[in-house]
Amino acid sequence: MKFSEQWLREWVSPQQDVQGLADQITMAGLEVDAIEPVAAVFEGVVVAEVVSKAPHPDADKLAVCQVDDGSGERTQVVCGAPNVAVGQKVPFARVGAVLPGDFKIRKAKLRGVESRGMICSASELGMAEETSSGILELPLEAPVGEAFRVWMGLDDHSVEVDLTPNRGDCLSIKGLAREVGVLNRLPVEGPAIAAVAPSHDERFAVRVEDPERCPRYIGRLIKGVDVAVATPLWMVERLRRSGVRSIDPVVDITNYVMLELGQPLHAFDRANLHGAVIVRLAREGEQLVLLDGQTVALRDDTLVIADERGPLAIAGVMGGENSGVSAATRDIFLESAFFTPLAVAGQARTYGLHTDASHRFERGVDPQLTREAVERATRLLIDITGGEAGPLEESRSDDHLPGEREVRLRSARLEQALGKALPAEEIGEILERLGLGITLRDDGWQVKVPSWRFDLTIEEDLIEEVARIHGYNRLPVRRPAARLALRADHEARVPLGRLRRQMVARGYQEAVTYSFVAPELQAALLPDAVSPHLANPISSDLSVMRASLFPGLVRALEHNLNRQQSRVRLFEAGLVFRGELDDLQQVPMLGALVCGPREPEGWAGSREAVDFFDLKGDLESLIGLGGEPEAWRFEPAPHSALHPGQSARILHRGEPVGWIGALHPGVRATLGLRADALLFEVRQDALTHGRIAAFTPLSRYPEVRRDLAFLVEASLPVQALLDTIRGQAGEWLTESRLFDVYQGKGVPEGCKSVALGLTWQHPSRTLNDEEINQLVDAIVDESRQHLGAELRG
Amino acid sequence: MDHLPTVVAEARAAIQAAESIPALEALRVRYLGKKGEITALLKGLGKLPPAERPAAGERINEAKQALGQELEARRQALEKAELEARLAAERVDVTLPGRGQASGGLHPVTLTLERIEGLFTRIGYEVAVGPEIEDDYHNFEALNIPAHHPARGMADTFYFDATRLLRTHTSPVQVRTMKEQAPPIRIVCPGRVYRSDSDLTHTPMFHQVEGLLVDEDVSFADLKGTIEDFLHAFFERDDLSVRFRPSYFPFTEPSAEVDIQCVMCSGDGCRVCSHSGWLEVMGCGMVHPEVFRHSGIDAERYKGFAFGMGAERLAMLRYGVNDLRLFFDNDLRFLRQFA
Repeated sequence: MKFSEQWLREWVSPQQDVQGLADQITMAGLEVDAIEPVAAVFEGVVVAEVVSKAPHPDADKLAVCQVDDGSGERTQVVCGAPNVAVGQKVPFARVGAVLPGDFKIRKAKLRGVESRGMICSASELGMAEETSSGILELPLEAPVGEAFRVWMGLDDHSVEVDLTPNRGDCLSIKGLAREVGVLNRLPVEGPAIAAVAPSHDERFAVRVEDPERCPRYIGRLIKGVDVAVATPLWMVERLRRSGVRSIDPVVDITNYVMLELGQPLHAFDRANLHGAVIVRLAREGEQLVLLDGQTVALRDDTLVIADERGPLAIAGVMGGENSGVSAATRDIFLESAFFTPLAVAGQARTYGLHTDASHRFERGVDPQLTREAVERATRLLIDITGGEAGPLEESRSDDHLPGEREVRLRSARLEQALGKALPAEEIGEILERLGLGITLRDDGWQVKVPSWRFDLTIEEDLIEEVARIHGYNRLPVRRPAARLALRADHEARVPLGRLRRQMVARGYQEAVTYSFVAPELQAALLPDAVSPHLANPISSDLSVMRASLFPGLVRALEHNLNRQQSRVRLFEAGLVFRGELDDLQQVPMLGALVCGPREPEGWAGSREAVDFFDLKGDLESLIGLGGEPEAWRFEPAPHSALHPGQSARILHRGEPVGWIGALHPGVRATLGLRADALLFEVRQDALTHGRIAAFTPLSRYPEVRRDLAFLVEASLPVQALLDTIRGQAGEWLTESRLFDVYQGKGVPEGCKSVALGLTWQHPSRTLNDEEINQLVDAIVDESRQHLGAELRG
Repeated sequence: MDHLPTVVAEARAAIQAAESIPALEALRVRYLGKKGEITALLKGLGKLPPAERPAAGERINEAKQALGQELEARRQALEKAELEARLAAERVDVTLPGRGQASGGLHPVTLTLERIEGLFTRIGYEVAVGPEIEDDYHNFEALNIPAHHPARGMADTFYFDATRLLRTHTSPVQVRTMKEQAPPIRIVCPGRVYRSDSDLTHTPMFHQVEGLLVDEDVSFADLKGTIEDFLHAFFERDDLSVRFRPSYFPFTEPSAEVDIQCVMCSGDGCRVCSHSGWLEVMGCGMVHPEVFRHSGIDAERYKGFAFGMGAERLAMLRYGVNDLRLFFDNDLRFLRQFA
């Protein structure tokens, strides 16, 4: 909410300046976002009267005017504004004046005619955001010769306050003034509002069919208004300083009263009302053309103002176009109502609307304001647009009006909550200043909550009020005490932080990519992935939840390749989302992507491109942290995003937990990536699964090592050979090292040579050659029989 | 016998002239070996008259000893020179960079989250995490934000359907923890959160850390103490001014926004703090009884406080990052700055 400092000061005027006031209310929970002067800095501008106007001899669009600026002499000015007219009062910058932007007014000749000063527009004085089309016309009673700045009260500020949703009571000058009064212990007084005596007795029937949602409705016919009159400048100015544009006098007055008192009002054109004003729920299928021109299909949980022909307005949200006030309006029906917060809550948003009225009703409008507001608006209407007020037509259901709430405040509870015992007198005084009625009890206070404080319903609300007015920063500071309890630490778990640091040690930078990705990107990588789609994405390329870390990593690669980064090593830890909503898994994964040379460019580094085994080595270094490398397997398997010859499903204890491989060249082409890349992703729960070390005594007896080289078919996975060998090598095998894999000269076409070093050691004796020979024979036999492997000579 | 001095002089000259260990060894054999010249002189002592033998023997032995010492000295000198020559040949340019992988680095958000987690876990908090696709109940209802509550407008929510959404804060983790665990509860909940907002100062995803402490006899004073300690520790400045401003969150009462004295200008006023000298860094408050009710905790017996902060915001202040969106571009030139 934006308000004018001067307007507030008419109600309550504390000593401090606007910054002090802003700081004070900010520290009371009404956060001031901005303070803006209502006009730019200027000097030498006075109120003047245009005495004569003659055409410029040499320019069609200019006029030569004589103005009376109170100096005793007429001054000649050349003016180009289309709206300048004899008899007008205008802001006039004399020669020597300085306008905003350090624009000095000097004597000048315009197309040969002398001009001594300038008649100003609002924008030239920094009083309007847009460029004005003409000079600013002042009311006829403006005193010639007065300093314009003083007369207009331009040493004022627009203060923007960002109110939290609980403080709907401060959405008006009246409410803000009440709060400022509390904080400064000052009385608050607004303009006197008296009932307007009816000058005709015509009524328009009001029928509230839903008193639960609308417990109070007041209407009044005002006949013979003149909508063509201009809204007075003082009101236009106050509205402007409150961020509201002037529309026509009727709308301006309803807005003015809303800003002043907090009660939204609506004016209907009597000529377009038929039969009676009915407050009821809409019927499914009913339509309404709103003031903003859009047609909405109403739902049956929407409260509307209707007449006998159909809906006229969405209650508490927005009026309809057909029943609104127009230039032709003569008689108006003025509405001031209390719609309950629940009746309005959410309604505006479901129709894509947010209005000043709905903003207030959702938060709660004081139900005691209804009559005061209608009387205030009636008075202003009659004064400004003329017209005759009729009697008030009121529908009121006391059963449904918010009852007077009583809340208990226990002093012991207050003390415990704040960690400090405040003097009882101070607490009582704070509550009373806030307008709460208090009765002393043995254990504290019984508090009556005023009708405007919808937010005070439980004891904690009152505790907050006391703390707030006392001042949060005057409350004590203490450190919480707790029992020292040791907690189990799961040593077998590898913390995610360790995995991250291992990736860092292997040269990876950590990435954080969005959890939602472009559906096209995800489909290009994982055409079969199913993951939830956002109903209201911020943009289509952030609309589907990632089913894998691959899309985000690929996007990040692309970003870096486009910025001349040719060596990219990234990893990310985060959730992936798999399945339909009703069968959703949110799985923590760790993924990585590499691209470019194996080592950073340097005098000694390898300039070869990274390959599958570089990435696999990095992954194995993570696996190694868990201490159970034997629980892991890599099996050749196809993956839509990966090169069919360089892709493996990763198994942990026999369960598939991830994928590793080179990005499929076809996918790379589809995505338009400039370089090859390799990726992996693995479930975090597999990587964090480790073991507690279990000691095996060191043998004092010698090791025996045998190196064996096998010829196998080139397509045979080495893993199969290793498994077979280990199956036959007996229990004393302590190590098997794969030290060579070779294809080429000396090895038959279609075959490869695989060489291993096997080491045995017995814990309590020396192994003899014969036992080892037997084991080697068994290995060789089994490998030949099952895998067709031949021992190389 | 008279040629002893000549032999010694020759030997000395030869030893000094020797340029290698083998040459030196040959000289040792030539003079002091079994058939060496000095050895021969010793053998020839028998031909001298007995009266001259002791003096002659002494002279020869002295000469032998002297030559032996010279040989040894020369050998050491040669070895030293050889070692020096090898060392000189093996010299490397130690200013050349080393070989192998360079270190990578953690993301600044991770650095920040880990620091915050560390500060709290060291005094007895535990880390709790939860799902990011949440339901309306845990994200809103259980936190005292019923349907159509104006506070729902405070955070623009990403929905999947009528009841499922991306969590807008990590508070649902607090609800889940309170349902599963009896007080005392001390947790911090770090993680990704989502709000449908994207501009210079908002990204649709960001990270939060929320904290929750529930116990008997917990007051607003404890909350203030915890927040002040945390901010002093996080920014490593014990003199950092902290202030609490009344605010509103549906799940806490009383609620407060926390401002710190601007860390960029020390409160003098700059662009970062909009010339106010203060920076809003956190929200906090005492747990609302309605939240306790939803979680099955007796609000008369227990009290609690909760606080929440944006990790990116704190990372920006800590590391001087001036553009929020950089956190999610994953530009290596950005990421490398935090290694």
